[in-house]
Amino acid sequence: MTTDIRTLRTSGEEAFAQAAEARLAAEPTQGRIGELRRAAASAFAEHGLPTRRVEEWKYTDLRAAVREAPPLAGEVTASAEAEAGLRAIAFPGTERVLFVNGAYGRGASHLGRLPAGVSAVPLAAALASGSPLLDRIGGLAPQRYDAALALNTAMLREGLVIHVSAGARVETPIHIAHVFTADAPLSTFTRMLVVVEEGAQVAFIESHQGPDGIAYQANAATEFYVGDGAHVDLIRVQEEGDRALHLATLVVDMGRDVAFHAFQLATGAATARLSLYGRFSGSGSHAGIRGVNLLAARQHGDVTMVLDHAVPHCESRELFKTVLKDESHGVFQGKIIVRPDAQKTDGRMMSQSLLLGEFAQMDNKPELEIFADDVQCGHGATAGALDDDLLFYLLSRGIPRPDAEVLLVQAFVGEAVEYVEQEDLREALMARIVERLGKAG
Amino acid sequence: MDPSRVDFPPGPAGAPMDTMTMLDIRNLHARIDDREILKGLDLTLNAGEVHAIMGPNGSGKSTLSYVLAGKDDYEVTEGTATLDGEDLLEMEPDARAAAGLFLAFQYPIEIPGVANMTFLRTALNAQRKARGEAEISTPDFLRLVKEKASDLGISQEMLRRGVNVGFSGGEKKRNEILQMSILEPKLCILDETDSGLDIDALKIVAQGVNALRSPKRAMLVITHYQRLLDHIVPDVVHVMHQGRIVRSGGKELALELEASGYAAYGDAA
Ligand SMILES: Nc1ncnc2c1ncn2[C@@H]1O[C@H](COP(=O)(O)OP(=O)(O)OP(=O)(O)O)[C@@H](O)[C@H]1O
Ligand SMILES: [Mg+2]
Repeated sequence: MTTDIRTLRTSGEEAFAQAAEARLAAEPTQGRIGELRRAAASAFAEHGLPTRRVEEWKYTDLRAAVREAPPLAGEVTASAEAEAGLRAIAFPGTERVLFVNGAYGRGASHLGRLPAGVSAVPLAAALASGSPLLDRIGGLAPQRYDAALALNTAMLREGLVIHVSAGARVETPIHIAHVFTADAPLSTFTRMLVVVEEGAQVAFIESHQGPDGIAYQANAATEFYVGDGAHVDLIRVQEEGDRALHLATLVVDMGRDVAFHAFQLATGAATARLSLYGRFSGSGSHAGIRGVNLLAARQHGDVTMVLDHAVPHCESRELFKTVLKDESHGVFQGKIIVRPDAQKTDGRMMSQSLLLGEFAQMDNKPELEIFADDVQCGHGATAGALDDDLLFYLLSRGIPRPDAEVLLVQAFVGEAVEYVEQEDLREALMARIVERLGKAG
Repeated sequence: MDPSRVDFPPGPAGAPMDTMTMLDIRNLHARIDDREILKGLDLTLNAGEVHAIMGPNGSGKSTLSYVLAGKDDYEVTEGTATLDGEDLLEMEPDARAAAGLFLAFQYPIEIPGVANMTFLRTALNAQRKARGEAEISTPDFLRLVKEKASDLGISQEMLRRGVNVGFSGGEKKRNEILQMSILEPKLCILDETDSGLDIDALKIVAQGVNALRSPKRAMLVITHYQRLLDHIVPDVVHVMHQGRIVRSGGKELALELEASGYAAYGDAA
């Protein structure tokens, strides 16, 4: 028998560990996935939630943020689904799949209508029928224990398995909309597995929304397998309610000659964390990962990523823009690993922040772990207030200060939004940014 | 109440004595950090007039324009400045603009990421709103900008760029005049708008400025060169020296300064 040296568990940790055990007992899965879930549950039971002494969570005290474990969400009701359908962001020209309080919204999603070359199955159905794609789930686990991902894996039930066939040119972006509608706190766990075959081209939008005032917890994990020569765009929009906890994990494996572009707009949640693990496993690939974080009041927003250049001739570009009002706290941690074989790696990481609130704070931690000699890697971080001279120029033309500030903030974040290739999505994102800036004024 | 000490015209029933005065600056002192730059400046501009200010480098001309426009780097320690009787110094810069003050900057800055068109439209609508007027319609706005921009030789491509981004020195100055033509201020302050302009651009800009001359508008033109004043003929020329207006005269004064410089004012130049 092992003795637990971490005697001081939070009730949240305790409750989640029990919930994971209970779900494993109630829904035991066989074979590899069953083992995966059991391993994740016992890893969580052993390591629990990270404190700030855990390097990857240095600036985000997850243990403190998860004092409570809200109950797991139950079945989706028709009325919740209808409400979610109304609330979900409508991106014109996209096909939408709806998740309501963490569960697949059958009535509002039309998987049969997905564009040619794309097929999707709810995870629960895939688990029941034993889809061969599931062999890939959990296959990209990060090197170190990740509490959010471990819990997500232990709870595996709700989600979506998406397959894009080789060579498919999918014009219509697929929007996976997560809407929280409950009026009491719940915990949700969703998992996406996306397999994009060779040479396919596809864009996904993943959105997360919920009401203010409710301390719900959303744990969303997505695994991407991007096949050789494929081109994948991912746009995440995180607009959770102001008391929510949003824990997102994004794991990406890139084959040869891949173009992978991710963009996150994060404006919601009391505490939000995006952990991104990207791995280049084929040469000649390019990853562009950008984001805009708009934080106000006492919001805490953390973006942490590890890009693992395991093979030569790959390129990674990261640009994150954080706008901090009031007493908000932003975090950017970015690590680029260049393995001994990964010659000719070209990696650039940049985090820029605008500190608008007197008590706002930004923590940046860039890291380079380079084991090859012929590489180009760089990182940078800037933090500052709005430029007084620019502001004065706008004011002097009669633009009131709040509007002038919005224009300048828009210009600041626009440099990251620019990278979204689809013009209509770019405009839709900018419109949400402007609306948010006006609201939090 | 002492009837002899009425500071403002008492309204419709009152005497029309002061209605012509647009800008009235009295004993203005301003400093930056601990250094006093404006040292008791007096200046009065009536509606319909064009005044030029000339003066050696560092005499405080740009400082005066910034103080009037409301740049908060400067601290006004004494004196008053009113626009149509309203206390300018109490107003925020955007309120001054809405009240009709416009400064064409000596060094216009670039604002990457804020498109010229967005900027112009936001400014125009903000001023209209502040004055209780309706927003301009999109077609009217586009027509207005197109007309004014082509008068000033500013291309549509330049209008699509960020404000002043990648503009040459002279293009930036023309863009200032474009903004002025669209915003139609009642008091135009031009801080060395002529510097950096080629000969043709100078004429174009002068035409733009002259087109705005009106009995209801006043202009304060800061320049180092008589050349501009051949095109924009001033009613009054002032000499500024060490933070004060030390001499005022007719347009001949500019010619005199061109010939003899500022040596007579004790400047070592
Ligand atoms: N931010 C500042 N800090 C310190 N001194 C300043 C600052 N701005 C202006 N000054 C000083 O104030 C004085 C007046 O400057 P100003 O720009 O008003 O002169 P000017 O008359 O416009 O000169 P020019 O003809 O060269 O444009 C100069 O001596 C200048 O160095
Ligand atoms: Mg000057």
